[in-house]
Amino acid sequence: MEPVSPSLFAAKSYRTPALVLRTHKLGEADRIVVLLTPEHGQVRAVAKGVRRTSSKLGATLEPFMFVDVQLVRGRTLEVVTQAQLRAPYGQALAADYARYTSAHAMAETAERLTETDGESGAAQFRLLHGAVAALARGDTDPGLLLDSYLLRALATAGWAPSFTDCVRCGAPGPHTAVNIPLGGVVCHDCRPAGSQSPAPETVGLLAALLSGDWSRANGSPPGARREAAGIVAGYLQWHLERVVKSLKHVERA
Amino acid sequence: MYEGAVQELIDELGRLPGVGPKSAQRIAFHILEADPEDMKRLSDAIRAVKERVKFCSICFNVSEQETCAICRDPRRDETVLCVVEESKDVMAVERTRSFRGRYHVLGGSINPIAGIGPDQLHIRELLNRLSDDRIEEIIIATDPNLEGEATATYLARMLKTIGIKVTRLASGLPVGGDLEYADEVTLGRAFEGRRSLIG
Repeated sequence: MEPVSPSLFAAKSYRTPALVLRTHKLGEADRIVVLLTPEHGQVRAVAKGVRRTSSKLGATLEPFMFVDVQLVRGRTLEVVTQAQLRAPYGQALAADYARYTSAHAMAETAERLTETDGESGAAQFRLLHGAVAALARGDTDPGLLLDSYLLRALATAGWAPSFTDCVRCGAPGPHTAVNIPLGGVVCHDCRPAGSQSPAPETVGLLAALLSGDWSRANGSPPGARREAAGIVAGYLQWHLERVVKSLKHVERA
Repeated sequence: MYEGAVQELIDELGRLPGVGPKSAQRIAFHILEADPEDMKRLSDAIRAVKERVKFCSICFNVSEQETCAICRDPRRDETVLCVVEESKDVMAVERTRSFRGRYHVLGGSINPIAGIGPDQLHIRELLNRLSDDRIEEIIIATDPNLEGEATATYLARMLKTIGIKVTRLASGLPVGGDLEYADEVTLGRAFEGRRSLIG
């Protein structure tokens, strides 16, 4: 095998900020890390030897860590050559079970949405980074943060729901019926069979979560939060066409 | 594609963890060329492990009997229980020769993205074991990674109400290393877990 010249190595390597979405064990002591980056979208890279207790990169490349990584392009997977920790969100999340499970559901959704869609990578990265940082701060109900993130992530991917105007005719709200396949609220005239009739506070909460109206969301009653979570989960599954495994493990208040 | 038995062997070997198609092919041809007696011993060992080895009904460690050697040993300290993720972690702790209590193997760690929650682990069985009044301390020895920490957080919350002493293995600097090479998270943990040298 011919040695790689320093200039070729430099051309094949790049540096990027990234959020670690998840890790998989590989071989004896390696891991595959799935990263979400602002410029390169989702990147899968091999981190060699990180499962050894002597590894300097092991703690840095844990899920939900915000890192600066140096990567070398490989044939199928990139290789991590350096990583520097910028914010250890994972540490705070592991100390609170409800926040930990919510972060997993966010990461799984982000992984699915960025698997093939490279165009919205920067927006998805900003959205997930903001949500994970807010989860790690711990000053907001993790269930609300999760539902807000899921709605906005789907909107960024091109599946924006509407919880104010009728999704079929555009009649201004408020409306009381929600139809998941149509993508939000429907007016009395457009309401198809199989639409849900959630409480008006639930529809208001969904609109607040989508627009980021946190004063309204934080003041919502527990019943509306539970009902909204069910609608968001249904909307997510409808568009992803696959079950988000983490959602059933999410611990809600 | 090879014919019949060779391809079947390559396919089966390729399903093992850490073995890719190239390695599977290399191992298959090694088996073909190796001494038949050696390979018979290998196949007997695989058959024996599948037929004889099961999980201990008390701690879920691997065992050839209903209960494992550690659970059967009356000299072990039955007041201390060490909770680990996998059977291989039992062996790692045993090698230290500094723990004489008993074990409970969870069978993994909480990892929702992989579909593993508390119900997929032996947590309910752990809580059942704690009805034994002799247990005074639980040492949580899950892996020092995010999933292991989250599992420890969950267990600590479950065990808080029972009134048994719950401890977690210390995290920090590896013995024999230089401080300047420690990463931020590990060094931070070492500061959090520092101990007094006097008194």
